[in-house]
Amino acid sequence: MKVRDLTELAARNLREAVLRNSLTTLGIAVGVASLVALLSLGVGLQQLVNRSVARAGLFDTVSVRPRQNTPFGQPGGGGGRRTPREGSNLEPPRALDDAARKEIAALPNVLEVNPEVRFTAEARLEPNSQLVLVSGMAQSSQSSGTLDGMTGKFFSGPDVQEVIVQGDMAKRLLEDGKAPTALLGQEITLRFAQRQALPPPSQQAAADAPNQAVGPDEEAMGFSIVPSEKKFRVVGVLPGSDSGGGPVGFNNAGLYLPLAVAEKLQVVQGADLRDVARTSTGVGQRYAALNVRATGPAAVTQLESSISHMGFAAFSLIDVTRNLRTFFAIFDLFLGIFGSLALAVASLGIINTLVMAILERRREIGVLKALGAANRDVRQLFFAEAGVMGLVGGVAGVMLGWGIGRVIQFGTMVYMKRQGLSSPNIWSVPWWLVLGAIGFAVLISLVSGIYPASRAAQLDPVEALRYE
Amino acid sequence: MNVPENVISTNGFAIRTDRVSRHYKMGDALIRAVDQISLEVQTGEFLALLGASGSGKSTLLNLIAGLDRPSSGAILAQGRDLAGMSSEELASHRNQTIGIVFQSFQLLPRMTLEENVELPLRLAEVPRGERPERVREALDRVGLGARVKHRPPELSGGEQQRAAIARALVNRPMILLADEPTGNLDTKTGEEIMGLIAAIHRPPSGAGRTIVMVTHERALAERFADRIVTLSDGAISREERLR
Ligand SMILES: Nc1ncnc2c1ncn2[C@@H]1O[C@H](COP(=O)(O)OP(=O)(O)OP(=O)(O)O)[C@@H](O)[C@H]1O
Ligand SMILES: [Mg+2]
Repeated sequence: MKVRDLTELAARNLREAVLRNSLTTLGIAVGVASLVALLSLGVGLQQLVNRSVARAGLFDTVSVRPRQNTPFGQPGGGGGRRTPREGSNLEPPRALDDAARKEIAALPNVLEVNPEVRFTAEARLEPNSQLVLVSGMAQSSQSSGTLDGMTGKFFSGPDVQEVIVQGDMAKRLLEDGKAPTALLGQEITLRFAQRQALPPPSQQAAADAPNQAVGPDEEAMGFSIVPSEKKFRVVGVLPGSDSGGGPVGFNNAGLYLPLAVAEKLQVVQGADLRDVARTSTGVGQRYAALNVRATGPAAVTQLESSISHMGFAAFSLIDVTRNLRTFFAIFDLFLGIFGSLALAVASLGIINTLVMAILERRREIGVLKALGAANRDVRQLFFAEAGVMGLVGGVAGVMLGWGIGRVIQFGTMVYMKRQGLSSPNIWSVPWWLVLGAIGFAVLISLVSGIYPASRAAQLDPVEALRYE
Repeated sequence: MNVPENVISTNGFAIRTDRVSRHYKMGDALIRAVDQISLEVQTGEFLALLGASGSGKSTLLNLIAGLDRPSSGAILAQGRDLAGMSSEELASHRNQTIGIVFQSFQLLPRMTLEENVELPLRLAEVPRGERPERVREALDRVGLGARVKHRPPELSGGEQQRAAIARALVNRPMILLADEPTGNLDTKTGEEIMGLIAAIHRPPSGAGRTIVMVTHERALAERFADRIVTLSDGAISREERLR
């Protein structure tokens, strides 16, 4: 029989037992719906996590630090800037200085290289004061999506005395019960430890000066530490950490200053003290860490290894997300298995319905055979009926699953709102899922149809037509 | 689904059976429903099969129809041996070479007459464009041209049997097989149906058909058939040539 005749006959047979066939089809639809709902949830959650990581600009950032000293040096680390000391295996790691910064900036796929400026300071807003972690924020953060959910504005320029405050910190600085945004426009006083360069050391002082460790032939790195204060106007307040907003990862801090301003404050950082105690070979400015922004996540792995070959410790969150992806692959697999179970139950429904149909339609099958239907025609007819139920059930199931997903999404939204949290989108139905689910439903139905179809095809027409 | 024309010499026979048997095993017992029957039906002949209930008439007819396979022996229809055919070829034989009419009409109750008669055309993969005309022609021939949209339960028994005859003829088979076509009808309606079958056997114009009909009613057989073959216990017990 031609395909069109088969589908016509199949469709009319399905319509003749409309209640039973719609119930069977509904079974398939429910199976598909549960599959779609579960997998959409999995995909949605995965996208949510990916989005928050990407929002922090972490997918395209490599954090670079000097290597820690190891007793046996750094094999392959450094490009001739090491100063091997006689009689010692202890090689100083390569310094993260201006030269290194330029070298990194010249690597392919590098967008920008920013020093990481982080220090602890005391923030005062009468009558409160708080110890707070301060971080320099590059101008490029404005567009990278790091500041999603911020109230207020970004720094009006690279050199302004302005500050962006993280929500939790804002709450602590304010009087009880005030909204964090009340901080906007107020001035915060920062008190910090400033580094002040010493005049070049005289020869006779070199013997007992604190920078004695510095070799006599090296440039002096002497400085003194003095307390200092500066005022900053609050221009932006980030959402609190409890609502899942704000930057996460490397640059997590309570206060953010424009990067250039933070650098100019000359605050004593951990690395300064380390360098004082260590023989160092670099010239000019040292950095505790550099944040290297790549053109995209794809370039990060390569960049990481190039920097590593230059003799620095390089770290990116790509490594972390790789595990995350594995986790979600397994998570989705489990959701898929549970969804498929429902579909497997539905396929039993198809088998049952078609086997029942054979019993009921014995005579019809006998008539078809008497009129010239081959076993193949009968088999194909039953297959077509199973396939049509699978297709209709699949399409209905996708719509139903989509609806269930909308309800879950809405419910989550209402719940999150009531908890005072932002409501993320945890729901996503990609095209591959829609087509895949329908295809899967048809496939399962056809497989379920194998047994009934071959039983129908084997039916003896003489037996089926015997007059009762 | 076309029967190849590699016809073995028909010698004017539409159907020939050569010591054909159909046995059923029931536990230890062997039921010889049809036992070593050799029978020849000439092209254009009208043969009536008579016999007591259980004598094997339907079994023999089903063997000729290709609905059943013989336990032994050969059945030649239009020169081709059914015993050697694959099940696909048998299906094609049922579709193209023969038309069957049953005692209980066997129309599909939920389809209209039109759709019932279209079924053999669907199975034969006749192009859609040709079907409506063929269907109408067949229904007109049995006098049901005005009832095409009706469903079988809306019709009388005689009308249903006429629709079944239209369905049997729509693929223009060479042979018409009928298993007690009047068995479910009153005498008057039965005679109407017999008149229709006789007209199919010898139409006023054009070629006639070979007909094998099973019946209980000797009177009807004597009035319309060319020859009567009587079966008892699966074997031929008597043969009468009438015309
Ligand atoms: N599937 C079967 N299994 C066992 N025996 C069968 C089977 N089919 C038919 N028979 C037997 O074969 C014999 C012939 O049956 P058949 O139906 O051909 O008789 P019939 O002449 O058509 O009778 P009736 O006039 O009642 O229709 C009967 O004895 C019947 O019981
Ligand atoms: Mg019978």
